[in-house]
Amino acid sequence: MTCQELADFLLRYLDGELPAPQGESFAEHLALCPPCKAYLTTYQKTVKLGQSVCADPEGPVPGDVPDELVEAILAARSRA
Amino acid sequence: MLRSADPENATPASDATATGAEGERTLVTRLRAGEDAAYEELVRSYGGRLLAVARRFLRVEEDARDAVQDAFISAFRAIDRFEGDSRISTWLHRIVVNASLMKLRSRQRKPETSIEELLPRFLDDGHFADPPTEWQQTAERALQRRQTRERVREAIDRLPDSYRTVLLLRDIEGLDTAEAAEVLQVSANAVKIRLHRARQALRKLIDAHMREDLE
Ligand SMILES: [Zn+2]
Repeated sequence: MTCQELADFLLRYLDGELPAPQGESFAEHLALCPPCKAYLTTYQKTVKLGQSVCADPEGPVPGDVPDELVEAILAARSRA
Repeated sequence: MLRSADPENATPASDATATGAEGERTLVTRLRAGEDAAYEELVRSYGGRLLAVARRFLRVEEDARDAVQDAFISAFRAIDRFEGDSRISTWLHRIVVNASLMKLRSRQRKPETSIEELLPRFLDDGHFADPPTEWQQTAERALQRRQTRERVREAIDRLPDSYRTVLLLRDIEGLDTAEAAEVLQVSANAVKIRLHRARQALRKLIDAHMREDLE
């Protein structure tokens, strides 16, 4: 397996969807190739970072809703 | 149709007078009775949280606000069908995700920016053209820095719409492949391909920042 193939198969490997023979070559390559090892760990960190910033309670202004939006919504309700 | 990845995170923490199961039940009763003040309370309590969700899907502020407005109007119409066994916050969250996807669909006319340049490049022999290196910090540690959180958010915003949407639905909203395929009306395989590319592109967009020596 090449690094390119490993990068292509990464999602399926992590989701446990890679069939056994490919899964084994994947694991073998990974054990011997520092760049692919780094690719895998940074990929996993990326997923975690994305999930965490979107769940971040002090993220962009939850709780603060512009007054004009409140008024527009309430006006739309009375028209409905 | 959609469920929230984490209902706890979808719940306004401190800004809602209506939070708490008891408060929610009272609010729903008042909404069903058509009490004007209850409608305003609902919008003020949950509007900010919903706007934050809509902004992740829709980059144009006006579109995000439209989606929130559409979501509330749908919710007002459906309040009689709201079932008390889920939280209002979870229910509204689901509605605003659907409203955002509808808005996005109506907006997707202009060609997307290409994701190709954000994918890893390889030499003819299959080796990385730019071999990846490790990030020294754990995700938890990196997230303690405001600058990192902002960088990651900006990077998500920079993903082309069809990739960002899949990333949000799968990784953030917690849908599985089949569910994401259904709401986006694409094949399961297309969802997998887009998710993988979106994560690869996101990785690339934050790589330089994450490799900086931060201490
Ligand atoms: Zn390799």
